Amino acid sequence: MSVVAENLHWGVKRKTIVTDVSLSVAPGETLGLIGPNGSGKSSLLRLLAGLKRPLSGRVEINGQDIAQVSRRALSRQVAFVQQSAATDTNVSVRDVVRLGRTPHRSALAGWSEADETAVSTALARVDMTGHRAQAWQTLSGGERQRVHIARALAQTPQVMFLDEPTNHLDIHHQIEILRMVRDLDLTSVVALHDLNLAAMFCDRIVVLDEGAVRACGTPDAVLTRALLREVFRVAADITGLSDTGRPHIRFRPE
Amino acid sequence: MTAKADRQGEAGRLALVLFLSLLVLILAVAAATAIGDYSIALGTVFLAVTNELGLTGADVAPIEQSVVWNLRLSRALVAALAGAGLAICGAILQALLRNPLAEPFVLGVSAGASTGAVCVIVLGIGAGSLSLSLGAFAGAFAAFALVALLSNGATSGPNHTILAGVAASQLFNALTSYIVTTSGNAQQARDVMFWLLGSFGGVRWPDFQLLLLVVLLSLTICILMGRALDAFTFGDEDAAALGVPVGRIRLVLFGVTALLTATIVSMVGAIGFVGLVVPHAARYVVGPLHLRLLPACAVVGAVFMVIADIVSRVVAAQQTVPIGVVTALVGVPFFAIILYRARPQA
Repeated sequence: MSVVAENLHWGVKRKTIVTDVSLSVAPGETLGLIGPNGSGKSSLLRLLAGLKRPLSGRVEINGQDIAQVSRRALSRQVAFVQQSAATDTNVSVRDVVRLGRTPHRSALAGWSEADETAVSTALARVDMTGHRAQAWQTLSGGERQRVHIARALAQTPQVMFLDEPTNHLDIHHQIEILRMVRDLDLTSVVALHDLNLAAMFCDRIVVLDEGAVRACGTPDAVLTRALLREVFRVAADITGLSDTGRPHIRFRPE
Repeated sequence: MTAKADRQGEAGRLALVLFLSLLVLILAVAAATAIGDYSIALGTVFLAVTNELGLTGADVAPIEQSVVWNLRLSRALVAALAGAGLAICGAILQALLRNPLAEPFVLGVSAGASTGAVCVIVLGIGAGSLSLSLGAFAGAFAAFALVALLSNGATSGPNHTILAGVAASQLFNALTSYIVTTSGNAQQARDVMFWLLGSFGGVRWPDFQLLLLVVLLSLTICILMGRALDAFTFGDEDAAALGVPVGRIRLVLFGVTALLTATIVSMVGAIGFVGLVVPHAARYVVGPLHLRLLPACAVVGAVFMVIADIVSRVVAAQQTVPIGVVTALVGVPFFAIILYRARPQA
């Protein structure tokens, strides 16, 4: 499914946070959203997922204006993975992934075969089937993030939005999560901090700066020395990885 | 296949818990009806009840018949409903605010309802039982509004809401004391203080009918929204991402909680800690999912309150200890355990 945003504006009180953002994501594409702290990545992601209403502008998912779609109908197509969401409740992995079926079930409907299939497929996809009965509180950070993604997959969405899914994870788990997201057979938009990981796993990258789109395109087109200096205020050398054709950024210490 | 077995296991466990609790509830109500300053044999209790229901025409002394039916049975059943209602309120608030310490008493809703009720009793704003309930209801809502205002809606953390609740409790308790000490006479003040700590002494059948209606209505609404409540596990935004209409659910369920609390406080006073203790105990047995948790809370809360009422009547000879004293004596140690266990893991 495609995602198209047209002239999105959003802010709180007098502070503008997202300014005139337009972008489009093709079906099956993995789009990276990068930018310095406070550049509006999280807010833009929430506008795209329909969790915030833009002051002006519109978002279309598969050609349909999401403002016209009910919350429930939208969440059957669109999943959102928060940045390290936590709970004190003593839930099991299975309980958490089952929550993903919420938009598909009526108030008192029983648990259907389709629900069970979606949950077990999602658990298998993130390689957590063996942990299904384990308590949430006993999981490591990487396992929790995988369970969150499994819950999003159990929604059987066609579009997935992820807000810094690799935060607080070690490099092995960062790569593992992003590889999984890239290989999923759905459209995804991922906010990321690590520029090299964005370059490695995203088909295209959108650079946000002070709420506006600064650049948009393939990693090697977007990640230039000039852009890194102006937007992120760092000096860096950029080399191409010969086998993948993806840029690699080496920051300079001075 | 393991999933299916799991589900059957869970359903079986819930059925077992509900069945055992209902059995215990019936025994507790029977005991509450038999025990008192004037003891009545269980057999007589049974016959007196079946007589009133028109099933038997057994020979029971009119005094015993009257004590069983008009005083003790109505009292025990109101106690059961109040316990069920407060436990449901606790479970709902704990889920919506994602805080294990949330309940009407801690959040100042009971204090608000008390202030409203005292305005009616002492200041004589309006008259009759309807206006007492309305006063308690208005007070409960005022407290809710204050807590919502102080905690800045959904944006602040759970701790913020609890702090706001403590502030609201203090404010409304102070208002209640102020109204009682400046406006009431000594006897009125004593009556009000006794009532504030909770008492099932004055309740009769009409109270039971009203409370039954409110509790059944609330429980139905809450169970219909049980799935949505589960979706709040990881917070409001997560619930929204799962397709739950967060604003509407919060409004309806806060309304239900205020209605239940106000109705109960207006009848039997502010009884603390039931809403806190029971959901935790029930969660421990049937798990955190609300379609199971809410019915379990209702029965366990009912049993707890009926037993607490029995204790309050027998613990001191010729005296009835306020029910709030009994529930707090059980509740406070439990509260301490939760606080201790809620510490961040090192």
